[in-house]
Amino acid sequence: MTDTPIVPPADRPLLQVRDLARAFHVRRAGGFFGRPATLHAVDGVSFDLRRGRTLGIVGESGCGKTTTARLVLGVLTPTGGRVEFEGEAVPAPGTAAWRALRRRMQMVYQDPLGALDRRIPVGQQVMEPLAIHGIGARAEWRSRALELLDAVGLGATFFARYPHELSGGQRQRIVLARALILEPSLLVCDEPISALDVSIQAQVINLLLDLQARFDLGFLFISHDLKVVRQICHEVAVMYLGRIVEQGDPDQLLVEPAHPYTQALVSAIPIAAAARRRPRLILKGDPPNPVDRPAGCSFHPRCPAATARCLVDIPALKPLPDGRLVACHVAHGEAGARPRAAA
Amino acid sequence: METLVSIRGLTVDFDLGHRVVRVLHGVDLTIGRGQAVGLVGESGSGKSVTWLAALGLLGPRAHVGGSVTLGGEPLLGVPVRRLEAVRGRRIAMIFQDPASALNPVHRIGRQLGEALRLHRGLEGQAARAEARRLLDRVGIADAGRRLDDYPHQLSGGMNQRVMIAMALAGEPDMLVADEPTTALDATIQAQILDLLRELRRDGGMSMVLISHDLGVVAENSDRIAVMYAGRIVEEAPTADLFANPRHPYTSGLLAALPDLEGPRRRLVAIPGTVPDPAHLPPGCAFAPRCPQAIDACIRAVPPLEHVGSDHRAACIRVQTAVAA
Repeated sequence: MTDTPIVPPADRPLLQVRDLARAFHVRRAGGFFGRPATLHAVDGVSFDLRRGRTLGIVGESGCGKTTTARLVLGVLTPTGGRVEFEGEAVPAPGTAAWRALRRRMQMVYQDPLGALDRRIPVGQQVMEPLAIHGIGARAEWRSRALELLDAVGLGATFFARYPHELSGGQRQRIVLARALILEPSLLVCDEPISALDVSIQAQVINLLLDLQARFDLGFLFISHDLKVVRQICHEVAVMYLGRIVEQGDPDQLLVEPAHPYTQALVSAIPIAAAARRRPRLILKGDPPNPVDRPAGCSFHPRCPAATARCLVDIPALKPLPDGRLVACHVAHGEAGARPRAAA
Repeated sequence: METLVSIRGLTVDFDLGHRVVRVLHGVDLTIGRGQAVGLVGESGSGKSVTWLAALGLLGPRAHVGGSVTLGGEPLLGVPVRRLEAVRGRRIAMIFQDPASALNPVHRIGRQLGEALRLHRGLEGQAARAEARRLLDRVGIADAGRRLDDYPHQLSGGMNQRVMIAMALAGEPDMLVADEPTTALDATIQAQILDLLRELRRDGGMSMVLISHDLGVVAENSDRIAVMYAGRIVEEAPTADLFANPRHPYTSGLLAALPDLEGPRRRLVAIPGTVPDPAHLPPGCAFAPRCPQAIDACIRAVPPLEHVGSDHRAACIRVQTAVAA
């Protein structure tokens, strides 16, 4: 990722996101009588994703990672920027063009039980997308569903079972089979393994990697777990209050995080082996309410390295010499410059 | 080390009306004074039920057997009034979701005041001053003003701090923390675990930390007990357990964790799924998923026996290897 190869047109990214923004009009505390305010859930997010690759998005609750996923899928309309999927702009939600496009981009959620209908056998649910999109002959649906059940490691015996008869890991496999039956090129996974038992998580991680290799899928992988992200992602973007603060190779970020927020996230990972533990960096306070995003670098109130410039200037996301992108005045060695406002 | 809590042969049967399901099959566990014991296991392994049963919190449909003693005095089968002198006072418990453990319609100060009145007989200004001191102690800035806040005005991390303050109100000998950070963000989890460590260091309080996260337990416990399908399958000092796991389930859990450094390897997943408590496989409950299982494993439930000086495991393969 350190050099920029010349991209032939045929090898264009699967997904191109530029300056993506979404603001919500909300009311401050006080219910109906609260003052109106603007919540910038996602603010100027850009990234590329290729087929067969995985981009991880990490961050804490409220950082905008799920909103980013919803914007990419076109479920939400952006208030700024654009999303191009397979070279075309994602059409407005609800239109026929959008529905046709949605075949190629599927989503997997955290809670598989909530994503399945408890009253319908899981095999029926796996083939349902074919019926909805009117693909193939009815007679082929069943055999296609069985193929997918096999691909996710469940046998034909599972076809007639109901969601409550399956374990959490098996349900997530059903959700994956259903997502893949339309042969998507992009799978957006929102915390797909965090609701699963520890001994099952590794099974699903391995399965995701196998499915990616087999179907040449692009994954947008949303997670709060950096260990899982390193296992599965080719690139990772760390988000804080709606913006990407660091982006690059997972190993680079984990071994030598550049942004103070990434440093805190990495140091907060509990590690079983005592010899591998690193000194912990404990951040003060909670992430601010996104409605009251601090001026300048939005991380500055919790940042141990913040300087005067960080209070007023929003740092741009730009490359360090090693190629990764960081939005931090301190990491770029530019914090010392006196802000113009103070001059 | 002086024993604070001793659990012997603890069993729990849930009466489902049409049948009775045993979810805890004889748990033995000792907590020393000032000791931190981690309890790891997957959902349904019995780690939470063990403590809910020990404190009489399971309700009438659960039949609890065995014995639990606190400082030598029995806790099981004693009148509720005796138990109430222990719960919250000598053993406090905090849970995963602080927002649902707090009453949403009462101010923080009132809820803390209630705990202080129940456990220490404090009223009025004395209670308010102590509530303020407790909030201060758990790292809540501007404690005096926060007393008048409602739980919804606080973040998840702050609410968990309030829960910890309430748990400290009775000046307990032991704190049972059931997945205290699972619902919290990574940087907030680090804050709360740091607080728990500090409280233990300062007060000499014992702690039981229940978690599914091996890393969290490893960093915050002196000893670890690994539970599977209602039984303890391995128990050892923390460093020993991670350096030298003996039960195949423990080694399996460790192998299934992604590394943070070094070359990426394919994770070694434990095959299959956690068994349903109502339909446990015969013999060792882990045998159907165990790469080392032999015929003898399904004949009898392996007892939890010493496989090292201070290391116990319930696996006949390890036990025969040690005996040989």
